[in-house]
Amino acid sequence: MRVEVDQPKCVASGQCVLVAPQVFDQDDEGIVQLLDATPGPELDEDVRESAAICPAAAIRLVEA
Amino acid sequence: MTSVPPRRIVVVGASAAGLTAAETLRRAGYDGSLTLVGGEPHPPYDRPPLSKQVLTGAWEPERVHLRRPADLDALALDLRLGVPAAALAPATRTVTLADGTSLTYDGLIIATGVRPRRLPECDTPGVHVLRELGDALALRERLTAGGRLVVVGAGFLGAEVAAAARTLGATVTLVEPAPVPLAHAVGQQVGAHLAQVHRDHGVDLRTGTKVAGITTGAGRATGVLLSDGSTIPADDVLIAVGSEPNTEWLEDSGLRLADGVVCDRYSAAAPGIYAAGDVARWHNPLFGTDMRVEHRTNAAEQGMAAARNLLAPEQAKPFAPVPSFWSDQYDLRIQAFGHLRDHDEARVVDGDPADGGFLVAYRRGTALTGALAVGMPPRVLRPWRAALAAGTDWTRALDGPPEADQT
Repeated sequence: MRVEVDQPKCVASGQCVLVAPQVFDQDDEGIVQLLDATPGPELDEDVRESAAICPAAAIRLVEA
Repeated sequence: MTSVPPRRIVVVGASAAGLTAAETLRRAGYDGSLTLVGGEPHPPYDRPPLSKQVLTGAWEPERVHLRRPADLDALALDLRLGVPAAALAPATRTVTLADGTSLTYDGLIIATGVRPRRLPECDTPGVHVLRELGDALALRERLTAGGRLVVVGAGFLGAEVAAAARTLGATVTLVEPAPVPLAHAVGQQVGAHLAQVHRDHGVDLRTGTKVAGITTGAGRATGVLLSDGSTIPADDVLIAVGSEPNTEWLEDSGLRLADGVVCDRYSAAAPGIYAAGDVARWHNPLFGTDMRVEHRTNAAEQGMAAARNLLAPEQAKPFAPVPSFWSDQYDLRIQAFGHLRDHDEARVVDGDPADGGFLVAYRRGTALTGALAVGMPPRVLRPWRAALAAGTDWTRALDGPPEADQT
């Protein structure tokens, strides 16, 4: 699974960082920073949760 | 006693809460039939950008779609768009749509949202409300440089539209009955700060001012009549005076309705029936109070919670979120966590409004109930969010920076 983030869409809510801090971070403006674009399967559930909960639909998952 | 797993689930409402509920059901392994009913003809789309990027024209309308067509297809939905639900009969487990179609269910999620509160004058050409994509596009077309817009109501929506309209070069008057805009929601300091920001950007902000009506000429709005008898001329008027939950279709359902669909702490309105998003009033045990939250983040969180509890009622978890919201006005970001309304005290605990960036903590009784940042890096709110999630009391929360000790 590959993770894509749409930074111009990001609203800096930080929800993704709460759910999957190994994969997402925020810069000083709060905008999402992708730490790991191809996280391991052990993070699958957290990454899916992050994508689902993002209030800006700024996270997209592309299945391998 | 264990319940029989549902095989026919209907989700009524195809915006953020309904879509997230549908996705969560599939992600949890539910492979029965799944019908998603939307009153609007559009595939699920996002509303916060309507008063921001869509209004300024920074985004093309297609950008608000919440999912790509392929991602929607993957959910294997029976997608019914453009026909709202008209009635619910729990005894026969039937949802009836406005076109007469009957849908039977053994699990139901209600996510019909809210609509703008209207005034009698809202039907006059030139008078707008803003909730749907079409509303935003109609208003955007009118907000050409030099136009005169009067915004009635300086809540978050009215303030965001005022900011977007100024960005486009429109002449903007913002009319608000309260002496300080948003004070009841976020406190005096934040309200006064935002009022000044709007004035600095050239908005004619009239606080303590009530609207008596709309003046018309040749069948079109020509301005706003104030209660003191004066008028403000306008080419267009936006009415932004709050929302009402879409619950009329539930009036004969037997469900309890009281400014929303009344739910328990699990977001359940009745056995097998859950509600999520703007339309749901539920008991949030974290704050010990009933609430109905019209914020985008809640729509997704509650859609998830409702879906999970519907699939596994025996393992149901209380829906106990720290609500959050954001607002963009000009180049200023406002971000908040918690339940800020009905606070007893709002105290600036970091930064300084005079410098443009500050953080406010909110107290109700002896509890910390909220935190809001204006023009500060959002990460400064993280420890406050953790303190809210942990139910920290006010004194401890103010004892230096709160520990991010949430597990």
